[in-house]
Parts: sequence; C-alpha cells; structure tokens
Amino acid sequence: MKLAVKSAFVLSAALLATLSACSDGKETGSASPSPQSSGTAASAAPKNEGNKKVEIFSWWTGAGEEDGLKALIQLFKDKHPDIEVINAAVAGGAGTNAKAVLASRMQGGDPPATFQVHAGAELNAGWVAAGKMNPLGDLYASEGWNEKFPKELIELVSDKGQPYSVPVNIHRGNVLWYNKKIFDENGLTAPKTFEEFFDVAEKLKAKGITPLALGDKEPWTAVHLFEDVLLGTLGPDDYKKLWTGEVPFDDKRVKDALDTFKKMLTYINKDHAARNWQDASQLVAKGEAAMNVMGDWAKGYFVNDLKLKPNVDFGWTTTPNTAGMFMVISDTFGLPKGIKDEASVKEFLKVLGSVEGQDAFNPLKGSIPARIDADAGKYDVYGKQTIEEFKSSKLAASLAHGSAAAEGFVTQASQAISIFVTKGDVDAAAAALVQAAKASGIAK
Amino acid sequence: MPAAAVEAKPNSQPKTGRNSNIRLRERLAPVLVVLPSIALIGLFVYGFIAWSGYVSLSKWNTLVRNLSFAGLENYRFLFQDFRFQSDLRNTLMFTLLFIATCLAIGLTLALLVHANIRFESLFRNLFIFPMALSFVVTGVAWQWILNPSTGVNLLLRKLGAEDLPAWYTSTTVVPSISLGQIDFGLPVALLAVLIAAVWQLSGFTMAMFIAGLRAINEDIYEAARMDGATERQILRSITLPLLRPVTTSAVIILGHISLKIFDLIYAMTGPGAAFVTDVPGVYMFETTFRGNHYGQGSAIAIIMLLLVSILIVPYLISSMRKEEA
Repeated sequence: MKLAVKSAFVLSAALLATLSACSDGKETGSASPSPQSSGTAASAAPKNEGNKKVEIFSWWTGAGEEDGLKALIQLFKDKHPDIEVINAAVAGGAGTNAKAVLASRMQGGDPPATFQVHAGAELNAGWVAAGKMNPLGDLYASEGWNEKFPKELIELVSDKGQPYSVPVNIHRGNVLWYNKKIFDENGLTAPKTFEEFFDVAEKLKAKGITPLALGDKEPWTAVHLFEDVLLGTLGPDDYKKLWTGEVPFDDKRVKDALDTFKKMLTYINKDHAARNWQDASQLVAKGEAAMNVMGDWAKGYFVNDLKLKPNVDFGWTTTPNTAGMFMVISDTFGLPKGIKDEASVKEFLKVLGSVEGQDAFNPLKGSIPARIDADAGKYDVYGKQTIEEFKSSKLAASLAHGSAAAEGFVTQASQAISIFVTKGDVDAAAAALVQAAKASGIAK
Repeated sequence: MPAAAVEAKPNSQPKTGRNSNIRLRERLAPVLVVLPSIALIGLFVYGFIAWSGYVSLSKWNTLVRNLSFAGLENYRFLFQDFRFQSDLRNTLMFTLLFIATCLAIGLTLALLVHANIRFESLFRNLFIFPMALSFVVTGVAWQWILNPSTGVNLLLRKLGAEDLPAWYTSTTVVPSISLGQIDFGLPVALLAVLIAAVWQLSGFTMAMFIAGLRAINEDIYEAARMDGATERQILRSITLPLLRPVTTSAVIILGHISLKIFDLIYAMTGPGAAFVTDVPGVYMFETTFRGNHYGQGSAIAIIMLLLVSILIVPYLISSMRKEEA
C-alpha cells in the first residue's frame, strides 16, 4: 500500500519536472508542429545574472550575409570584450522561418535582445503598434543620427515622429540582372522600358533562350517581380498612395500592371515553381536564362558563391520604367520591451549605426550603408554606383519584404499573386488585393 | 499499475474500521497514480484545444492581441478563401489515395514476405527502413529526385523520352470541375508528394500486416486445404477477413498522419503554384506565424481537429463498446 502511494508521489514529481522542462518550449498552443525549434535553442542557455550579454536575432545564415554579421559582431567584441554575444540566426530566405520563430518568442514574453526587422510597416504596423518596442529618440540624438541617415529612411523607421530602430543597410529591389555574354553575342542592350524589355525577350525567345528566370517556390519572389512592375507602371508617388488607400487596387493602372506582369510570365522558365531565387540566379549565371529580377543580394550570390565578375559575366540595370527610383529594403534593429540588459543592447545599436559598423558589415553583405557619410571606397563597382544612385533616387517601399504594408496584407497579397501566376485572371487578382487591403485596414 | 500491497497488521483496531480504511486506500491509490497525468493532459491537451477554439472565435488577426468576440467570422472567411478550399480538396484527395496506396502496397508486400519465410527479416527491414527517416529528409530527397529539370527527368531524357512529366510543378487538376472558387479534382502535383509519402510509410503498413498474418492460426489454413479450397479462396475468405482489425488500425494511423501532414509538404514543395500542394497544416503555420492571423490560424487548427475526429471517434466508440461487452 505505502509503496503505491509513494510511487504515485514519485511519479507526479517526475511529471512535474518534465513539465517545468517543457515550459521552456516556445510553442504557442497550436496543433501544428513547428519545424523551427532549433531557432530557440539559444534561448535555453543558462542565465548568468550580472553577466552582460546581447542576443542578436536575424535570418542571416547565407553566404556573404553571415560573413557581414560575423564581422559586425567581431567589431563589437573588440569594443566591448565584457559583453557576451549570442548569434541567434534562423535560416530561411527573406526571413520566412525566422519571422515565425520571432513572433512566437515575442508573443511568449521571451524577446531576443535585438532582432532584424525591415524598415516600414513590418516594424511600425507590427511590433511598434503592438507596443513591444522602446523608442530610440534619445539614442538618435546622442549619436547624431538624425543628420546621418536619409530623411525618408528615418521616416520609414519612425512612428509619430519617434524612431524605433536603427537601419544597418540598404538593399535595392528593382534590379534587372542579365547575362552579359548572351546580350553581347546577340547584340542586345539592357532594356530600360517595358517596351524594350518585351522586344529583347521576344528576340531571345526566338533564339531558344529563356528570356527571364524566376524561382517562385517561395511566393515572395513573384511578389518581388510584381511590385517592380507596379512601381514602373504607377511611378513612385502613386505607388506610395497604394499603401495609404488613396489609390485603390482595382485602379486601371494596377490592372495594367497585372497585365504587364502576366505578359512577362510568358517568358519565364517552365520549372519556376520548383526553384528558389538562388536557383533562378544560377540559370542566368549558367547562361540558361538571360535575365532575372531580384534584389541586389543576388549580386552577393553571383560574386561570392558563383565566382562571377561584375560587368564581365553579368550586368545590371533598373527594372523596366524604374530609372531614378529605388525600391528600398532596409534591415534595421531595435530595442524590444522587457529586455533585462538594455544598456548592452544600446551599445550594440551604437556600433551598428556607426560608420565603422556599417562599413564592416555592408561590403560583405553586398548591400550599401544606410548612412550617407560611409566610405564608398570600401565597396565594389556595383556598390559605388548604387551609393551614388541612392542619393538622387526617389525611394519606394517594398511590399514583398514587408516595408510597404503590414504582414497580414503581405501574406494575403502573396496568395493573390501566387494564384494569378497560375490562373492569370486580372480581375480576380485585383479583387483579391482590394479584399486584402480592406481586411488589413489599408483601404478606407 | 502496481497493485496495492496489503500488509496484515496485528489486531489493534475494530475489524470493520480497518477494512473500510483499507478499501478507501485501495481506491485512492490508483486515483493518485493517474492524477498527475490527467492534470497534465487536461491542461496541455484539452486546455489548449479550448484556448485555440476561443482564439478562433476572436478578432485577433494582427500582432496586437484582440480577443473580442467575432463569432464564426474566421471560419466564414476560410470557407470562401481560395487557398483553404484548395487545401480541403488536396487533403481529401491525398488522404484517400495515400491510405489506399499504402494498404495495397503494404498488403502485397506482407503476403509476399510472409510466404517467403526464409528471407523474411531481410525484406522486412529493407521495406521498413524508409520509416526511420524523418519526413523532412524524405521531402528534401524526393524534391531533388522529382525536380523537373535535374531529377529523374534527366534520366528519362537520356533514355530518349520526350514531353517529360512536370511532377510537383504541374498546375493541372484532373478532372477540372468548377466548385466554389476552385477547380475540384486531383491536382497532378500531389502525385509527386504521394509517391514520397507512400515510399516512406508503405513499409510500416507491411509490418502491421505481417504481424496480423502471424496471428492467424495455421490450423484454419490446414482445415481449408483439407476441404479443397484454392489459395485464392483462402486469401479471399480467410486471410483478408481475419486481417480486418489490422486494416482498421492501419487506416486510422495512416489517416491521421495524412490529415495532419505538414513537414513533408513544407520541405518538399511548399504550398505550390496556385496551392496545388498546399494542406491545412502548412496554411495554418504560415497564416499564424508569418501573417499574424492568429484567429484564422486557430480556426484552421480546429477544423483539422474535427477532420481527424471524424476518422478516429467512430473507432473509439466501437472499441469502448467492445470493452463494455
């Protein structure tokens, strides 16, 4: 008898122990398994009180970007050897997996010390609106950043005049990459307008070369192509008005953009649904396709991974009709609420926002610095040109990368575009976009 | 469960009191033993199901928590949503084909292996081995094998085949019957996923059937042969009916795997073009943790629970009846 009661207690004690071990899990109560439990491993580290540390959460695990992050961390360690740095990066292009891990950590009251977030709606309509971020106005003032970052960029990371994150880099989304050898052999020049683009595409198709490479296994790549078409069709001012609801998504010009996008899709590789953006870039690198539209992280991939030479193996230009415009994708880092060691995070943000920090990170990442006073000499031919063009271009916020609209709209718009790629029904796609805009409060 | 060990103690108390005391303890001990697990399951399974149900009826579809009551709005949204309609179609098609194929292949292999006793363990291990892999690994491997430009198609091209299959990149649905917003039918791309899933789990089904075959008494076969039954008659009238309980278990196990499938699809194809390979599990994950549509995500989770219940509840009821009988 006693044995039974005893064993019952032992059993319950054991179960309680398991229970407390389980409570470290970051799953919110859902029936679906998370494939990304590895991303939370870092948070299970024992907490040493009085030990200064910064956990940096990002999705920089690819070649180039990871090197950039490591260089930045190294610089920080040199300056602050007393602060421990935890690099909590979660793999996945465009942050597809990382954002999921981050959301469950933030909702679960276990925020990372600082995390990668795109400037614009992803930050403002997301984490700032949810009341999860600390304002950084004082830091901007003490570091003199208000004069060092472009005004339009500070607006993208601000809510009601208060900045909430520090931009580390600028990527350009509206770039058309092309295989130089194919263009030279066929006597073609890089297309600047839609008309020229279709002219070139037709000539290439006649020669049996795939004109445009696309890899939309992850749907954001199709959205990325479409937003560049939208920008080229509406121009930067009216493109901006899409996100404030002043221009509705069933506007004639949006439908025109959908038509143009549809026409472009008649020139892509057959197996686009089986490829990711790297695979699509490879098609261009290998000469199996002539062009692709991708952000300038593709340059890093061309140069670092595929060992191609800029202006020899590949060339670039702005996507059709977007000369003088700059589709901005800017990675930024902020200060979440509920962090124990805020002082250490601020030290990291200072390094991140410094000329030295940005010049350590960006040449490796393949992006350009967010500061206007960085050292252009550290960048390659593409970087130098982009730094110059950034100063004189009209900026536009990227939809595919979460800057233009809230995450909820982005996912529904991606679905609409994904269906459109297959079905090609312009009216249905426009209607779906209108519906998504209503649901997420963009349209009045 | 350890039975309560009753020690006879010297008579110090009136008999009846001691007896009732012991009886009480005897009744209490088992309750104490199962209490912790009941409490844990109550909170972590049923409590969270209730919470998901609660969220699914709320307006919480952004990062900002908003638990105000929305009625069935999230469900209404889902049932008129192109993607979710596609998911239901895919789940239905995938589950039916997956169970049927696994059973057919599993049973065939089991009969062959069982008939050839000499190499039974070798074959059994050979066929069960894929099950040792994680679905994620299977997904990645088959994604490469069935990649339309680099995979098995290269081999086919070398053999002179033309007009190669598009595998999981196909966007065709056959037969294409317009229903709601979608074309109802079997998406061809799903067949690629089906191949991978069947490859992984038909060995497991075989193992179940082998166990079932082992349990059939040889005497029955002897008697049947004495009566002059042909092998085909024996298979149809003896073996298959006696394997019915095993088949039921296999259907339930395979069914709940395929209704909840997530990792294989996520690793192999993702949602696919126009959601031809999307399933509720993937949609739930993406919409909840990427789009921050917590209400809609919970609604999908609850619908998935109901789908699995449709499959499992009748089985539970019948097994309970058996226990009572």
